[in-house]
Amino acid sequence: MAALNRTAPAPGSTPGARARVTFTSTVVDTWVITKRNLLRNVRLPQVLLFSTVQPIMFLLLFTFVFGGAIEGSLPPAAGGEYINWLIPGLLVQVSVFGAGQTAIGLTDDLKKGVIDRFRSLPMARSAVLAGRTFADLGRNAAVVTLMLVVGFAIGFRYSTSLLEFLAGVLLALAFAYSLSWVMAVIGLYVKEPEATQSAVFLPVFPLVFASSVFLPTETMPDWLRVFADHQPITTVTNALRALMLGEGALLDGQVLSSQLLLSAAWIVGITLVFSLWAIRAYRRAVG
Amino acid sequence: MPDADAHSTTATTDTIIEVDGVVRTFGRVRALDGVDLQVPPGIIYGLLGPNGAGKTTLIRVLATLLRPQEGRVRVAGIDVLRDPTSARARIGLAGQFAAVDEFLTGRENVEMVGRLYGASRREARRRADEVLERIGLSQDAGRQVGTYSGGMRRRLDLAASLVGRPEVMFLDEPTTGIDPRNRMELWRMIEDLVEGGTTVLLTTQYLEEADRLADRIGVIDRGVIVSEGTADELKAAVGGAVLELTVAPQDREKAVEVLVAVTGEEASVGEGGRRLRVAARNGSRTLTEVVRNLDAAGVLTDDIGLQRPSLDDVFLSVTGEPPSRDATEGTDTSDALTDDQAEEAPRWRR
Repeated sequence: MAALNRTAPAPGSTPGARARVTFTSTVVDTWVITKRNLLRNVRLPQVLLFSTVQPIMFLLLFTFVFGGAIEGSLPPAAGGEYINWLIPGLLVQVSVFGAGQTAIGLTDDLKKGVIDRFRSLPMARSAVLAGRTFADLGRNAAVVTLMLVVGFAIGFRYSTSLLEFLAGVLLALAFAYSLSWVMAVIGLYVKEPEATQSAVFLPVFPLVFASSVFLPTETMPDWLRVFADHQPITTVTNALRALMLGEGALLDGQVLSSQLLLSAAWIVGITLVFSLWAIRAYRRAVG
Repeated sequence: MPDADAHSTTATTDTIIEVDGVVRTFGRVRALDGVDLQVPPGIIYGLLGPNGAGKTTLIRVLATLLRPQEGRVRVAGIDVLRDPTSARARIGLAGQFAAVDEFLTGRENVEMVGRLYGASRREARRRADEVLERIGLSQDAGRQVGTYSGGMRRRLDLAASLVGRPEVMFLDEPTTGIDPRNRMELWRMIEDLVEGGTTVLLTTQYLEEADRLADRIGVIDRGVIVSEGTADELKAAVGGAVLELTVAPQDREKAVEVLVAVTGEEASVGEGGRRLRVAARNGSRTLTEVVRNLDAAGVLTDDIGLQRPSLDDVFLSVTGEPPSRDATEGTDTSDALTDDQAEEAPRWRR
């Protein structure tokens, strides 16, 4: 009972007892939530499995099933190996798929009342969404690392400098982070964990396939190619390829700097628009 | 019970929860339709009502999860709508579902909430140990909650709210879906809590729970508090005692005639057609008269006695049938109830 024997402050007469959310407390809260979400990724077997086995499966299937047939139609920058072409694309693909976990984790928390608990605590409101997206960034970093390890093991080699290669990895992660906010919005509108799964992957599949992730866009029909060439997944993939394989991986007339600039614009734009939207949707979803 | 606690709260106030004309609508549904509520400190206040009555909505408003469109809410002296963060520092909430993370251990769950209440890492750990000990989960604190039983999860949920040392605890149907043994255990913990100075407001659908736990009870129906008081006051308001007797089936009609003649009230027939009930305005005088008349009519009773109305009766008489409240806009709640009862109560379940 010792915990409760402090006297209750006199209501109305203790202005000093006003609880405040400060910058420091926001950082602490965000860290506490991030850590909690990271543990969720590691300790829930279904999440861990989805994060690791699925990307590796994609990598192996595409490399060994499609690789042989595709190699002939690749630009010389790929060095005749599909794996070299594929890895930059797959880094983007896992980022997109991985971001889907933001939506699923969020609806899960909403459904189970965890968000209610957080909101009844004197903590920073922003920590719930920030902690969610940061943790998903952490998970994505781990998945990307895993992909690269397996990729290197089965023959992937970048043909630029280590610095450019690492810049490419960072670009993929930044893109993944911006997409987390998109997924947060989806999750907050759908609210049901079961429905979220399809609400996330229905738009994600066509977007990933109608892009330069797996194949060059040149052989697509014109109407599709127009779309594929201008959507953000292609832009980021192209920038990533140019960073890892050199500018020879780009289409005629494209240069690395413009692809990088365009990617950065997409990432900043998506993050801005969707983080504001997510914050609004969060207020709506819970209040 | 309130006396035991009087010294720990200042004399400047006698209400720790104050709800004033709160309205909350969802589309066209008026979930809260002008709720007024005053709860003195140091008691267990039971909010009793059927599903959809507005219990959870009211808890959500009190716990700063939901903003009402109209009205004022003060908890522990703080205007909840104006300064929710300060209010949150003084309240604890345990919802209808145990909001604990199954992938964390029991201790990790409680520690996390402690940190979010603003405790340092060390302080959060110390308080977590203390609370887990008190809630009887020390032994299992190192295990992931995924391995816990439903009852243990509820207890952990309660522990997590306690780690912030709240002045006011809101418990939304704390024992729904819990087996009887765990329910008793939770009741004991809630009582402990109040002994330590915390005020508890809980919602429940179980009359037994309100009767056993709550010092004061508010009956809520269609977003309005329709009746308020101690369990005894509520029972008394339903209208005195009830006469219950059991007769052989062939004597039933004769017995009903006698009851109606003596009391002037409608008698009800219970299950099996042998158990009869009637309102006994004059208590034991009614009883003697009924016994005498039954005897004269040659009716043998297996069992006869006076009973005070149960909270069940209160509940049904207050919420059982739609009272003609629509026109009054729900402002004059308690008056509407007494009028109601003067005419219709007691209204027994058939």
